[in-house]
Order: sequence, then structure tokens, then C-alpha cells
Amino acid sequence: MNILSLFPAIPAVMMLGLWISRNIRQIHAVMVSGSSLLLALAIYLVFSYLGMRADGQTAAMLFTDSHVWYAPLNIHYAVGVDGISVAMLLLSAIIVFTGTFASWKMTEGVKEYFLWFCLLSVGVFGFFVSVDLFTMFMFYEVALIPMYLLIGVWGTGRKEYSAMKLTLMLMGGSALILIGILGIYFGSGATTMNVMEIAALHNIPIQMQRIWFPIVFVGFGVLGALFPFHTWSPDGHASAPTAVSMLHAGVLMKLGGYGCFRIAMFLLPDAAQELSWIFIILTTISVVYGAFSACVQTDLKYINAYSSVSHCGLVLFAILMMNTTATTGAVLQMLSHGLMTALFFALIGMIYGRTHTRDIRELSGLMKVMPFLSVCYVIAGLANLGLPGLSGFVAEMTIFNGAFMENDTFHRTVTVIACTSIVITAVYILRLIGKILYGTCTNPEHLKLTDATWDERLAVVVLIVAIGGLGLSPLWMSDMITESVIPMISHILN
Amino acid sequence: MDYSSIFSYMYTEIALIGVIVATLIFDLIAGRRGRRFFQPVACVLMLLFVAGTIVPYHRETTEIFGGMYVYDPAYGIVKSILAIGTLIVFLQADSWLRREDTSFKRGEFYVLTLSTLLGMDFMISAGHFIMFFIGLELASVPMACLVAFDKYRQNSAEAGAKYILSALFSSGLMLYGISFLYGTAGTLYFDDMTARIDGSALQIMAMTFFFAGLGFKLSLVPFHLWTADTYQGAPTAVTSYLSVISKGAAAFTLMVILVKVFAPMTQYWQLMLQIVIILSITVANVFAIRQKNLKRFLAFSSISQAGYIMLAVISGTPYGMTSLIFYVLVYMAANLAAFGVIATVEQNSGGKVEMDDYNGLYGTNPKLALTMTLALFSLAGIPPFAGFFSKFFIFAAAFEKGFHVLVFIALINTVISLYYYLLVVKAMFISKSDSPIAAFRSDSGTRISLALCLAGVLALGIASSVFDGIGMFTFGL
Repeated sequence: MNILSLFPAIPAVMMLGLWISRNIRQIHAVMVSGSSLLLALAIYLVFSYLGMRADGQTAAMLFTDSHVWYAPLNIHYAVGVDGISVAMLLLSAIIVFTGTFASWKMTEGVKEYFLWFCLLSVGVFGFFVSVDLFTMFMFYEVALIPMYLLIGVWGTGRKEYSAMKLTLMLMGGSALILIGILGIYFGSGATTMNVMEIAALHNIPIQMQRIWFPIVFVGFGVLGALFPFHTWSPDGHASAPTAVSMLHAGVLMKLGGYGCFRIAMFLLPDAAQELSWIFIILTTISVVYGAFSACVQTDLKYINAYSSVSHCGLVLFAILMMNTTATTGAVLQMLSHGLMTALFFALIGMIYGRTHTRDIRELSGLMKVMPFLSVCYVIAGLANLGLPGLSGFVAEMTIFNGAFMENDTFHRTVTVIACTSIVITAVYILRLIGKILYGTCTNPEHLKLTDATWDERLAVVVLIVAIGGLGLSPLWMSDMITESVIPMISHILN
Repeated sequence: MDYSSIFSYMYTEIALIGVIVATLIFDLIAGRRGRRFFQPVACVLMLLFVAGTIVPYHRETTEIFGGMYVYDPAYGIVKSILAIGTLIVFLQADSWLRREDTSFKRGEFYVLTLSTLLGMDFMISAGHFIMFFIGLELASVPMACLVAFDKYRQNSAEAGAKYILSALFSSGLMLYGISFLYGTAGTLYFDDMTARIDGSALQIMAMTFFFAGLGFKLSLVPFHLWTADTYQGAPTAVTSYLSVISKGAAAFTLMVILVKVFAPMTQYWQLMLQIVIILSITVANVFAIRQKNLKRFLAFSSISQAGYIMLAVISGTPYGMTSLIFYVLVYMAANLAAFGVIATVEQNSGGKVEMDDYNGLYGTNPKLALTMTLALFSLAGIPPFAGFFSKFFIFAAAFEKGFHVLVFIALINTVISLYYYLLVVKAMFISKSDSPIAAFRSDSGTRISLALCLAGVLALGIASSVFDGIGMFTFGL
């Protein structure tokens, strides 16, 4: 069995294991062993991928494997990874691992919760390893639908409304993707569904590209929180249970950016060049609007959700710049945002689990009560606002550096506008930290609260190590990404 | 050809007549006590029938009786699928038939159902319009009796009346159209007809009438008005039969006749179908949102599903036919699972079929709720369930022929349909209820049938062999 097929297979086996588990110990055993295995596999994949590249393997996709599935439509179960997908797989494995520990204290419907959680993971991993349009799309939808039940059953607040809104908007996006996939497949002569082969054919007429590019880009953009299709995100994230927010903001939203780049821009390159300005404007709005919205929110999760809109907008913004530096930055930003937003949501979940409120007006002085969680919160915040040494700085620096390389007035202007988000991010992050962590604890009930337990510490520490690792030695990761980005960008530009 | 080889091409129908006769004889000799074993007997007979006919014996298209009856391996596949569906309906029917007011007429249920199946088989294999019409009537008239089977319940009788009236009306329309065809072409044989069809105004009208007649059977908008009332009033086992088997047979026949007989008028029927598809899917979806009764809800859902099936018809390619047969098979698995759950809940809870009654079903009957959810996900086209694959294939079939806007509208509608399917899921999983349906154990027939349907929902898409197997036989189009 191909190593890549193990990524979707392990969560599927975990689902079987959960199905026969009888008590919470067995459920936890299945989850921990499965997610640790995934993490180990992802780390092993990174090293063996780097090793193969060092040995001089130059094929765009490594570890490829392909089996005919539905011959009449040339549908294959085809897998393969390049530097971008390897990075995404590592991110997903880290989030699934930490998400398991962040859901440790769950008591109601644990089995079903983890079953849907694993189904979601099957979709996420399957999407990143696939190189066949149909298979990718199938896994994409597999990742969406469990969200409805995860939010609807285990969520908080206006969960039914949020779950329905999120599901319908994302499925609306996937309807656009589906028609776009059919357009790409039949437009390229209906000979192959393989992404790399379609790109190599490069024969979709420009008139058709002009139709399908915006459709596919918006389709994936919905999941990537493209303005004005981002409205599911704040409600959805705010209502979701902790681990689901982590996985959703940390990984699922990256599916959007990944799909925009890998399918919309890579397969429809001519239209991408022609029409990118429209989406650059929209993503600039996302970036700034998301940041400003975060400033006025009072719910911790809403603040982070709008911050995600802003940061994910930056991902789309960067890939639309269509140069190597900015796109490498985009992938780094996906990694960095995935890690730090997962950390944020994990911490918010832990704080909420103790204080039972997420309203920042009711929280203060938590640093004295739960120092461990508070310090971690500060670290997450600093990563978010781009402090050097943490991952956010590396990503945003690369993005804005790359964006500024485009030296016409339009690109320069939007880059300057998007750059302002850094300042606004600092405003809402520092305001938040000052408000809830420092000062005196006014609520006497909160003084009795305890600090993090071992499972929470483990989840948080793993994420912080990853953030710090990416921030302190980014080169091995960014080299791996750049290597894969260069051929894709040169394909798009020619 | 001598008679034995002629009849060897009709093996499906002959075997089915054998099953009907055996059922009738069992009804006569069983007596009061023996009728309790009616379900196992009928199911075993059907199982033998399915096992004996599932693989087509002959590989080539053959006409017998001077072209009245056409044998084609693809037809054989469709007939087997319909027979499997009937078997599943039989498995689900017993908890209802065991009731006091129906237990003495169990035999009638099985015989009537099998008669409609026989009618559909003849309809599918027809090579002549009169043959086709007789098959259609053989399928419709016993159906009306089945719909009114609970004759002491007012809405069942009312549903029967509505069904028979609209069936008669549509038959009349269709006959009128067929008479025009005879008048302009001078023949009623499918083969000869194609050469004599030139798209004159009278023939367009004839085709429209013919289409309207089948449109009633398929309950396409604007011929759908009987559907919701009939589905609601009929006994649930009959509703599930009506929504799947009779619809599948009609859709398949429509495709064969439109593509083969009306080939010279392709542009006209494609235009007509485009309008009907958009109307069916959209109107049915909008109405389905407002339904509170689950049987009415599934009635509207089945109208929109019929619209999706028409996407395969409009393509008119062998690949389209493969997708159509596959779609019908997958739809059958999902819809019979949904109706099976509704039927067993209805029987075990004293007739609860409202959506609000299902609140909190997951807490009390998790397996049934999960079955229902997977069935609805499949109907909505969510992967990895089979409905996703079948929908993708029919979209691809229509898209290939350039119906881009049509496919787009259909896709937008899948999102609307997801909304109302999720409403049911929400009721079962999320909504709280003070008096949820108490936990109960379904009868073994229902459990077997639901397991079969679930296996279909889970496996049909991921295992591509079924689709490939169907594809091997659809060359005849």
C-alpha cells in the first residue's frame, strides 16, 4: 500500500475501532494511538520526501500511485504529493493530534463525536493526497458534511443556525466546484481527471477558462473565507466545539486556499492571469475588513474567527500575486495560521470550559489564576500579530515581500492596503490580552479556577513547539515549498 | 426460430408469471394459519426469481413476435433491479400486513404488486406502442388497488381515487398521442416509426401527449399534482414501491423511446425536457421545504429526484443510460431505506409520520436514525455514499452534451435539497423532545431490508464494479 493512502485509511480504521469501543478508555485509546500514528507518519513523510528530493528526484509529484476507478470518466484513485501537500499533511496531522487532546474532557456522545471527527479527518487527508479531480472533490465534500452534526449536536450558542448556514454555504461552494470540475474535464478534451496531466495538456480554450476560473475560484474561496462569502465562518467557528473549531479553522479553511491554487489557478492559468485583479480586490477587502471586524467583537471566538478571515484572506491574496515568493509565503501562512488559530481555539475552549463565558467584558486578570494558559495565550497572540521568532512573522514577511515585487501601481496599492492589517491585528490582539489576562480579577468565582491539566498542556505545548519551530528555522520548510511552487508558478505564467 | 427459443428470450416474464401463480396457489391452500408465512414464502420466491434472472442469458438484442417484444441485456438488468426493489419492499411490508384489518388479504398485496412488476417488465421490453400501452396499464391498474389497500382509512381510499383518475387521464392523453403517431407514420412499431418521423407539427403534438402520459407516471412537474396526496394516503409499503419501482421503470422506458423512436426529433424533446427538468427540480424542492409530514416530504423529494433522472435521459448516450440505471439503483437503495424507517416507525409508534415526531429519535432508536441519516445523505448526494457518485455521473452525462446551464441549475438545487434533508437529520439528532418515539425492535424482515439498503448506500459508489457491470450492457442504445 502506498504510504499516502495510509493517511485517509488510518482515520477510516479509527472509525471502525471507535464503532466497536465500549467505554471512554477504549475510545481514548483508539484516538490517541490513531492520531499519534498519523503524526508519526506525517513526520516520516516529510523526512522521506526531503530525502528523495535530496537524491535528485525532480518529478513534480512524488509517491505517486494511480488505480482506475471509473473508467468511462477516466476517474482514477490517484495520489501524489509535492512540497505544498506535504506541508499541509503535516499541519493536518498536528491539528488532529492536538484536537484529540483538546476534546479529552468531552462527556456526552463521545463515541459519535469522534466518529464524525474521524470522518472529517478522512476527508481532509484524502483531499491533500489526491491528484485526481474527482477524488479530490469527493474528499472535499466528505470533510464538509460532518461539520453539520459536529456543530449542531455538540456546539454552543446558536448552533443550529450556524451549522445550517455553514453547511449550506460550503455546499453551495462545492456545487460551483463540481460544475467547474466538469468544465475543466470536458474542456481539456475529456481524456484525464489527473491534475498534473490536465495541466500538462494546457488545452482549455481561453473563452471557457474565463467562465470556469471565477466559478472554481469562488467555489473554493467560500471555504477560504473570500469576501463576501465569508459570513459562515464567524458563526460557524463561534458555535463549534473546541476541537472542531481547531480543525476547521486550522485545516479545513486551508482546503480552500489549496484548491484555489491547485485547481483554479494551476489548471486555468490564462484566465487566472486575466481575472486575478477582481479577486485581489476582494481578498484585500477580506484582509482589512476581517481585521477591523475583529477589533469590535466581544466574544473571544468571534474575534479569532474574524482574525481567521483576515489571515486566510492573506493566503488568497498572496497566491493571486502569482510569483514564487508570495506563493511560498501563502503556503507558510496556511501552516502558520493553521497552527496558531488552532492554538487560539484550543485555549479559548479551555478558558471557556472553566469560566463558562467567552465575553471579554466579563473576563479579567486571568494571568494570576491560570498562568500557564495565559502565557500560552500571549504566545498565540504574538504569533498572530507577526512577532519575529514565531511563525506568523515568517509567513507575512514573505507574503508582503513577494507582493511588493509586483511593481505596477495596482499591486503596490493593494499591498500597502493589505499591510495595514498587521497594525490592526496588533490593536485587537493587544487589547484582548490586556483586557482578559492582565489587571485584577474582578469576578471572585474566577479566582477558584485551576490551571491546565496534562492533556491540555500536551495539546498546547505541541502547537507552540510547532509555531516556534517554524518561526525560528523556517528555511527547511520554505525551501521545500518553494521548490514545488516554482514549476507551478512558471506554468501559470506561461 | 421455434417456440422454445422464442420463449427463452422472455425468461424474465415467464419466471415472474411462475412466481405469481405460485403465490396465488399458496394463497389458496395456505388457510388462515399458513398465511402467517406469506412473507417468507413470497420473499424466497422473489429471491429465487432474482437469482435466476440477474445475469442476462443472451448477449445480443433480439426481436421476437415480429418486433412486438424486444430482448436486450440492458433491459434485463433494469428488470432485475426492479425485482430486487420489489423484494426489499416485500421484506418491509409484513409489519403492516400483519395488522388485523389487512392480515386476511396478504395474498392480494403480493399478487397485485407482482402484477404491476410484470406490467413494467412488458412495458420495458415493448417494441410496439400497443404492447407498451398494455404493459403500462397492467402496471397502473393493480397499483390503484394497492394505493387504496387500507380502504377503511379515508385518505387511503382518497389516494386510490386520485391515483386511478390521474392514471386514467394520463393514459387517455398518451393514447391520443399514439393515435396521432399512427396517423402520421402509419405504423406503431418502434423500429419502423423512427424512419417515418420528420418532426411535423402533428408529430410534435403526438410526442408531447405521449410525454405527458409518462410524465404523470414519473410525477414530473407540471404533472405532479397527484403525487403528494397519493404518497401520503397510500400504505407506506405501497408508497415506497410507487416512488421507486414504478418511477424507475417509467424513466428507463422514456429514455429508450425518446432516444430510439423519437431520434429525428431530438432537438424538440431536449428542449421540452430542459424545461421540465428545471421546473421539476426547482418546484419540488421549494415545496419540500414546507412539508411536515415525512411521506409528503419524500413525495416532493422523489419529484425532484425524477427531475435529476431526466438529466440522464436528456444526454441520450449509452453512458447516459448506464448512469440512469445506476442512478435508479442507488436511488432505490436510499429511498427504500428512508421509507423502511418511516414504515417501521409508523407501525411501532401508532402511526407517527410527522417530522416533529422524529425529534430525539437518535436518543431512543440510534440505529434507525443513523440509517435514515445515511439514506438522506445519499439522496442529497453526499460522499462517500452512493448518491454522490450517481449524481456526479448524471451531471457528467448531461454536461457532456453541452447542457451547462441546466447542470448548473440542478447543482444549485442540490444545495436546496440538502437543506430540507438536513431538517430531518436535525430533528433526529439535534432537536429535543419531551416524548420521543419509544425504543422498539423492528421485525426481522425490516431489519434485513434496511441492512441490504444500507449496504447498497455504502458500497455501490465506492465499488465501481456495479457501474462497470451495468455499462457492459448498455451498448444497445
